Formats: sequence, C-alpha cells, structure tokens
Amino acid sequence: MIFLKRQLPLAVTFVMGVAFAIQYYIPHPVSEEAITNVSKWMQIISGFALALGLASIFHVHAVKIKRQVPGWGYSIVLYAAMLATIIVGFWSKGETRVNGAQTALGWLYDYSMVPLQGTMFSILAFFIASAAYRAFRARSREASVLLVAAVLVMMGRVPLGQFLLPWTWDVTQWLLNVVNSAVRRAILIGVSMGQVALSLKIILGIERAYLGGGRDQ
Amino acid sequence: MAEGAAAPFKKVAEFPSNTRYVKPGDFPWWAQPAAKGDHYVKLVSSQAFPIENGKPYFVKLRVREGVQEVWSEVAEATAAPNIFNTAQANNLVFVVAFTGVLLASIAAARRNPHVHLRRIAGLDAVEEAIGRSTEMGRPILYLTGSGGMDEVSTIAATVILGEVAKKVAHYDTSLKVPHRDPIVMAVCQEIVKESYVAAGRPDAYKDDSNFFITSDQFSYTAAVDGIMLREKPAANFFMGSYFAESLLLTETGASTGAIQIAGTDSDHQLPFFVTTCDYTLIGEELYAASAYLSREPVLVGTLRGQDIGKALIMGALILGTCLATLGVLLGTDGFSYLLDLFKDFK
Repeated sequence: MIFLKRQLPLAVTFVMGVAFAIQYYIPHPVSEEAITNVSKWMQIISGFALALGLASIFHVHAVKIKRQVPGWGYSIVLYAAMLATIIVGFWSKGETRVNGAQTALGWLYDYSMVPLQGTMFSILAFFIASAAYRAFRARSREASVLLVAAVLVMMGRVPLGQFLLPWTWDVTQWLLNVVNSAVRRAILIGVSMGQVALSLKIILGIERAYLGGGRDQ
Repeated sequence: MAEGAAAPFKKVAEFPSNTRYVKPGDFPWWAQPAAKGDHYVKLVSSQAFPIENGKPYFVKLRVREGVQEVWSEVAEATAAPNIFNTAQANNLVFVVAFTGVLLASIAAARRNPHVHLRRIAGLDAVEEAIGRSTEMGRPILYLTGSGGMDEVSTIAATVILGEVAKKVAHYDTSLKVPHRDPIVMAVCQEIVKESYVAAGRPDAYKDDSNFFITSDQFSYTAAVDGIMLREKPAANFFMGSYFAESLLLTETGASTGAIQIAGTDSDHQLPFFVTTCDYTLIGEELYAASAYLSREPVLVGTLRGQDIGKALIMGALILGTCLATLGVLLGTDGFSYLLDLFKDFK
C-alpha cells in the first residue's frame, strides 16, 4: 500500500519531471510529439475528473436538501438548472448553432449564462471603488504615497486630467514604466526562483506534502 | 525555394540588402548560424510551405537593383531535426547550477538546522485566524485559486492547505474548501484527510469539506460569495493564482468581517489582495510558506538556496547594466560575449 501511495507517485513524478525538463531543450519531433501526447493525456484525465466534480456537486447539495440547512432552496434551484441544461443540451445535440440558426442551448447560453457572467463582472467596478476608498484613506505614510500616485496616474490617464494638468501624462508614464515595472520585475524574479525551487523540490521528492500525510511518512 | 530541382520556386522572403544581418543579440555567440555581416532568413514550417525532416529542399537567391537582376546558383539542403537547442545552453547551465546550489543548501541545512527565517506576518497570522474561527464557532474558508495541478502556485496552495488542515483538526474547527478543478479537489481531499490523521483527529474529518462548484470563473465567484455571505466564515484564505475574480472574492470577504490571508504569484492581482486582505503573501512568499510553517530543515535549506540564486541574479543585473551602458558609451559590442550568457534565446 505504501508503495502505491508514496513510492510509485514519487517515482512517476521524478521520471516525468526530469524527462519534461529535458524536453524543453530538445526541438526534435519525437520530443514535440511526447509533449503533445502528454497534453492529450491531461485532457483525457480532466474529462474523467469531471465525473468526480459532478458526483461532489450532487452529494453536497443532496445533503443540504436532506438536512434542510439554511439556503437549501438554492440547492433545488441548482438541481433544476442543471437538469434543464442537460435536457436542452441533449435536445440541441450539444450545438449552440445549426446552419446559422440559434439552438435552444445557444439561447440558454446567450440569454442566461452571458448576462449572469456580465453581471458578476460588472460588480467589479463598484468593488474597485469601495476597495480604493479603503486603501486611499491617508492613514499612514505608505497610504499617502499610494493616494498621491493614484491621483497622478488617474489624472494622466483621463482626457480631462490631461487637459487640466498636461504634465501628469509624463509623470504617469514614468510611474508606470520605471517605478511600477521595476517592482513588477523584482516580484517576477522572486516568483520565478520560487517556482524553480518548488519544482525541483517536487521532482527530487523533497517536497511531498501534496501527496497527503506530511513529509514524515 | 522549391521541393525539387525542377519544381517551381516559391518566394519565401524579400528584404532590402541593408537589412537582416547576423548581428549581436539575434543569436548567442556560441550558436551563430553564420558570420557577422551575413544575411539570414528564418523559415518556419507552414501550411503554405511545410518543411519536412529528411526531405531535400532547393534554394536560389535573386538580387535586384532597379530593373537589373541576377540569380544565384541553386543550392540544395536537407531538413534535419536538432537533438539539442544550443541557443538555450546557457539556460540549461543555469538550471543545473541552481539545482547544485539548492542541493548544497539542503545539505548545509541538514548539518546546521538552525537557519534564520525572516518573519512573514501573513504566515504568523494563520494560527491567529484559525483560533479566531474556533472562538467564534464559524468555519474557515480556503481557496486554492483558479489553476489546475499543473500550476506551481496551485501545488503551493495545496501544500499550505495541509499545514492549515493540521491546525484546523487540532482546534476542531470546520473547514470549507470549494474547488474549480475536480483534480485539485481530489488531491486536496487526500491532503486534508491525511492532515487530520497526522493531527490525531481522523474522526473529525468530513469528506465534504472539499467540494466542487464549477470550472466557470464567475459562476464559481458567485457561489463562493454566497457561501461567505450565508455562512460568514471567520477566516478566509486565498492561495494560488487568481484573475478578475480576486477582488470580487476578497471584497465580499472583507464586508463579512472575516480575517483574510492571501498568497499569490499573480502580480496583476496583488494590489487587490493587498488592499482588501489583512495579510498578503507576495509572490515567492507563497512558495516559502510550506517551509516556514513546517520549519523542516530540508525545506528551510531550499530558501537559503533561493536567496543565493537571487543574489547571483542581482549581481548579474548590476554587472550587465554596467557593461551594456559601457558598451554604448564606448561604441563597442565587445561586451555582448558576456551579456549573451544571461540572455534568453529561443
């Protein structure tokens, strides 16, 4: 059992990790085909994993309805929406358009999913405003610097600001291209080093907590 | 270019005679295809002109000036795949060197396990957040981000989840981990279960603490926002990679009064996390979290290795900036031999 839970996954991780790290440097067709095949395998595994996800949804919401936990009515709405989409999907043979004409599935997508997604995304504008208000209250020196920089960049980015204070354009460009870029690059260098280090730890079997059970087993 | 000596020739490139020279920066000095000052054209296999391995191709050159033109002789070449991309040899050398530095750091940490770690406030607050949830009798919400298990940030998020789950099991608090990816969910189920076993509380483990919602970005966000508003978790953890949903999640969490700890390598989302969360692990701190929380010498040793790597990069940046500036001032490309060592060639 320990072999299947520990040693085999670690061996597979090591072999595949080293093989595909080397693959990056080999432009040979065999190497290209190998990475294409692995990508296909990952898609196949994802397809099977979707069944796990569906089972999880059914189980979690069935329990909610059975126990009538607060908000269990939403679980019924979820079941109904899921069932309706599946029926409509089969009826439309999985196509959103046939010969240029919209199918029922296409209608469902365009007139329910897209507006709902758009609604969620549009809330972002209000959340940015409320988050900005909280961040820009000049309570500390750092928040004051943030406030001044944000006002300058806003003025430099909107036509009215550029008309009233033309110099803000140059300041904005300097802030974005010099200060912001330098900080972003510093973060990205750190992230890259961290990613390489974690990848090496995983390939070499030093980090194995992702297999479950901590590192001491 | 033609597929046979007698086949019709197709024009694959046309350029002025004073352009497309082999010049410093286009190729590394150790993998230059021709001498400096020669012209070159890169041909990519396409549907219009597919290049197949082992097949001979015929090339001829036409030089034109005004109405006069002259054709070169036909040259023949056979396409052959390369075993190694020599232009990336410097990349390979650095990867091998960095691996060596990491292994040496791990060996050093094994000999001397007392390695100093700077304080990371976000990770120190993990215990406080779990304790607060326990006192308030509310659940802990842990998100692993939008990526799949093929993303390093998601792996880091699952590793931290293991450490958090151990503490959660110890305090006997409720843990909720909604997922966007079924594979990540399956991995996290195993991690959480093993963490409860490691904490000596296998009886407290609930199989449905990890559950799948949907892989759709905004549907997932709406569902998680709903969980935050209905169940009012006392602590929210946002680890892994995020996109536009980051602010929608954290702002909702902030409105419920939860203590929020984020950790991401998505640099474009960092401002949102910093603004709305109590603590934010910035970039590499996400990857250091596992070592920081566990304090295992081997893992802590890799952090020392990372720091050495960063110091070398900083040295290379300073040296490269000085040499590149000096090269411009002196009007020489002699420094390109050294600068090429640090460039990324494809």
